Amino acid sequence: MPAPAICACGVSFSYGERQALKDVTFEVQEGEIFGLLGPNGGGKTTLFRLLSTTLPVQQGTASILGQDVASRPDAVRRLIGVTFQSPSIDPKLTVGENLTYQGALYGLTGSVLRKRADELLSRLGLRDRAGDIAETLSGGLKRRVEIAKSLLHEPRVLLLDEPSTGLDPGARHDLWRYLSQLRSESEVTVLVTTHLMEEAERCDRLGLLSQGDLVALGTPDELRASVGGDCITVQPAESDSELPERIGERFSVEVQQVDGGLRIEREQGHELVRDLVAAFPDDIKSVSFGKPTLEDVFIQRTGHRFWDEGDGSE
Amino acid sequence: MTATPRISPALNEGVPLRPSMALAVWSLTKRELVRFVRQRSRAIGAFLQPVIFWVLFGTGLSGSFRMPGTEGGLSYAEFFLPGIAAMIVMFTAIFSAISVIQDRNEGFLQGVLVSPVSRTAIVLGKLCGGTLLALMQGLLFLGLAGVMQATGLVPAMQWNLSVGGMAGTVAFLVLMGFGLCGLGYMFAWRLDSIQGFHAIMSVLLFPMWLLSGAFFPAAGSGWLKWIIAANPLTYGVAGLKRAMASDAASVAPLPPMGLCVAVSVAFAVVCVAIDVVMTKRHRI
Repeated sequence: MPAPAICACGVSFSYGERQALKDVTFEVQEGEIFGLLGPNGGGKTTLFRLLSTTLPVQQGTASILGQDVASRPDAVRRLIGVTFQSPSIDPKLTVGENLTYQGALYGLTGSVLRKRADELLSRLGLRDRAGDIAETLSGGLKRRVEIAKSLLHEPRVLLLDEPSTGLDPGARHDLWRYLSQLRSESEVTVLVTTHLMEEAERCDRLGLLSQGDLVALGTPDELRASVGGDCITVQPAESDSELPERIGERFSVEVQQVDGGLRIEREQGHELVRDLVAAFPDDIKSVSFGKPTLEDVFIQRTGHRFWDEGDGSE
Repeated sequence: MTATPRISPALNEGVPLRPSMALAVWSLTKRELVRFVRQRSRAIGAFLQPVIFWVLFGTGLSGSFRMPGTEGGLSYAEFFLPGIAAMIVMFTAIFSAISVIQDRNEGFLQGVLVSPVSRTAIVLGKLCGGTLLALMQGLLFLGLAGVMQATGLVPAMQWNLSVGGMAGTVAFLVLMGFGLCGLGYMFAWRLDSIQGFHAIMSVLLFPMWLLSGAFFPAAGSGWLKWIIAANPLTYGVAGLKRAMASDAASVAPLPPMGLCVAVSVAFAVVCVAIDVVMTKRHRI
């Protein structure tokens, strides 16, 4: 049995008093696109930094293709390609120079380096930009240079922290298409952090991080299926009414209060919608009904909305 | 996952990565030079200002300056010349240190730190880049001073133009470069704002230069003399003066050459060593 591409076992991390990760355990197999989904402050970036060897491991173990992050950082650094949330290209150098200097750090020179750089530039549609000074590029093009930089040494594991930050929807779409292509052509393992549901949908498997806890793990379909049935959200007409209790009694359902709204999971939810409106015509302002989304999974596991928590200080 | 993990043909062709210290240091050094060339304002700050200082102070103080212990043969412009070369080295070192902060803020540093390059190479790349820039500007300044002297813009000076004298000049510019760039790096590594570094520059680096015998001879009152003697830059400036002087009498009160070399080398080595330890220990 080969070592998993990425393995975290009982990883905890604290910044002083504040605990950013609590006993996080998961594995990513080779060739997977694995997403870490969570709101800002959920611990995604901390986990990313531990895996990319830029933060020391405090508790637990983490490894990349069997190499321990804490004891063999150099071996890990050879295996990983890293794209940070903030830029890492040198704005004063040209695109081509950025790749040349990056290659040198990994011991690449001469024709090998040139060939790889050329190949990546054309694959990422940057060929005619090689001579441009990096700071003159648009946000989307800069991101592509970042990706080219992280792929130059042909890493077997690619770590990306919020890679679509600052990208317009078109550029985001291109990025994801490229990641899928990369996975299918070169079997690169991809770990990507994101706070965007639509990005999470495109991952093979997901880990949901909330306040440092890994609250769910599975494929997007598995996670949605775990919610069960349909999701109904009721906005009461008055916020302090006894509506939740009354609905619970009358229809024998569990009512979760989320951010002023009431959330009910139920098989055959459309019937309940009809009955609810008929039973409490004056107490309900609006009702929405839908198949469960990843956000519903998040709410179910944590009891609060995706966007409520966190102070964005991470 | 049932598929046997395998590497695609494209990856199989890959040459195994052999990060090389020399290649990394050279690349990071070259990057410093390229960035310098693309930021003209740096050249103005580090080079032109000392030249202006030299011309203005050299002219302004020429009447009131008397070198202690000599018969008044040494003009202030000539006395000040090695001091200005040291100032150019110091200003370049300050810009080099600021670039450490810039590298962190612009994000370039994080990319370097996740690469398998040795932490020593990261330090050496930065310091070699700074030192090389300091050396080139220092030599350019001395050449310019020679031209100005030949055209009569400044009073005639006695220089040691022997091979030994020039080699000594280059050696001390390099030693001071490593020492001062290393010292700047030490502070810059811990700071995240350029404003913060300006404070270090004003209270530490600039006085260090002022009290090195560069601006006025190290023959002041008691406490000042001690500070000057304890300042490692004093020995760099003195060594530079000894290397450049053609007249042994004018440099007689300075520390002996052996001591100048020993202190300058020791200072540079200690600074580089501390930088390496800090870079290894500290993560972004």
